[in-house]
Amino acid sequence: MSWFPPEMPVPAVTPDTQPFWDACRRHELAIQRCTGCGAFRHIPTPVCWRCRSFAHEWVAVSGRGTLFTFGVVHRPQLPALASIVPFVVALVALDDAPGVRLVTNVVDAKPDELRIGMPLEVVFDDVTPEVTVPRFRIRRA
Amino acid sequence: MKDAAAIVGIAESEYTKWGQLSRCTEYQLALETIVKAVEDAGLGIDDVDGFASFSNDRNEAALVATDLGVPRFLYAGMTWIVGGGGACAAVAEAAMAIACGLASCVVVYRSIAMGQFQRFGRALAGDVQGVRPQDAALGFALPFGLMNATVGMALIVRRHMHLYGTTTEQMGHVAVTFRDHANRNPAAVMHGRPMTLADHAAARRIVEPFGLLDCCLETDGANAIVLVSPERARDCRRRPVYVMAAAQGSGPRFGAGAWAMQYGPEEDYATGNTTPLAAEMWRQAGIGPRDVDCAQLYDHYTGMVLLQLEDMGFCARGEGGPFAASGALAWPDGALPTNTAGGSLSEAYIHGLNHVVEAVKQLRGTAVSQVPDAEICAVASGSGIPTSALLLRR
Repeated sequence: MSWFPPEMPVPAVTPDTQPFWDACRRHELAIQRCTGCGAFRHIPTPVCWRCRSFAHEWVAVSGRGTLFTFGVVHRPQLPALASIVPFVVALVALDDAPGVRLVTNVVDAKPDELRIGMPLEVVFDDVTPEVTVPRFRIRRA
Repeated sequence: MKDAAAIVGIAESEYTKWGQLSRCTEYQLALETIVKAVEDAGLGIDDVDGFASFSNDRNEAALVATDLGVPRFLYAGMTWIVGGGGACAAVAEAAMAIACGLASCVVVYRSIAMGQFQRFGRALAGDVQGVRPQDAALGFALPFGLMNATVGMALIVRRHMHLYGTTTEQMGHVAVTFRDHANRNPAAVMHGRPMTLADHAAARRIVEPFGLLDCCLETDGANAIVLVSPERARDCRRRPVYVMAAAQGSGPRFGAGAWAMQYGPEEDYATGNTTPLAAEMWRQAGIGPRDVDCAQLYDHYTGMVLLQLEDMGFCARGEGGPFAASGALAWPDGALPTNTAGGSLSEAYIHGLNHVVEAVKQLRGTAVSQVPDAEICAVASGSGIPTSALLLRR
């Protein structure tokens, strides 16, 4: 069961982003890594912005990260989201993919609990039978 | 580029809250305002041979030229700089066309009637078209509720608060100062609606850290700006305002993703992405921030004004909040009177082109809240995205 109502958009999948979303479907977080220079990158693109190599691989990461910043939505753009406000839109820096940040949500937490820099972990949200998206929750010791 | 073109005509339509423009179409409003700006310059439509706009303008230059009966249509420019970042870039396009001899009289325009179309600055699943790079980017934004600029900019400003101790009250000073300016400007949508810091603090939350009064207006209205060569400008009706410097573009990686800026270098994250543009402008003009008499900065959100002030060197990095709270932005006594007509927060939201109009008024000496003897005005377009900026002088 999703944390969000069914009206929340599902991702558009393109050839460049398909491996990311396929991995989510398997409940894995996979990040694109350049095989030319070894740098991780996100969002997925055909070319490495550091070394301009077009060769890349997909690497499964732990799903652990830290809270880089966040906003608390009280007035959602979609009326259907009014039933779940306030909700948190966050930017999460991944522990084992240096430089990579994901736009996501922090779920199962009160906005007042959130502190920039706090540890988080991925939780997969099967929003439809075909689509899974990565959200995060507080990583508790 | 320096001083290679001059602004000689400006115009503004009536401004209303969004959806309240009903007397004509958005397109007619564009045409009327262009005609008005050309008249302001003391020129005629037969003198116009080029147009420039920005941000996917619905009112296509070729149609404008056709319907106004422009006899020689030689130039149409529309910058790729996205969203509200393009207003200054469109002025630069016009100046470049004139400097390069592609055209002799170029009109920059923007008309917006949001009740007749979708509201600006937001996207939904229906905006996804297929396999364009921006469709992939929306896939990493929309499913998480990053659907509009308010959410995107709230993330940036929250990080700035974390790094530098910036407060919502400091943002309130931006809102109140610009509202004070709007209350001197009868054309402003918020004229006659005073605001206090307490009002700002009590406003309903939209996307924290932003409340309602941290967010710009959504309005209907139009602006147009006429540029010619400096030689020709001497014969026009108004005192010329010269394009002293112009820059457009971005630091690294600011264009990645939807509502951009979430994936750039960490050291650039809590900025408005105007830093590299400002450096380029100071170089072109051979002046520095201390030489500027007033500023018109893109105030889509109060907090982003603080970042743009820092980017442009009007105060040190992290000092934007205390700078605003010191009264520096207030007319007439602040160190840098800013958004002297009320800005997007309190005058009107014409995607930043009204900021250029107000800059021209200041340098002509005809602003409602005139900065005494203003010689140089800095203008910047939408921060937090690939954007553009100008230095104008009289």
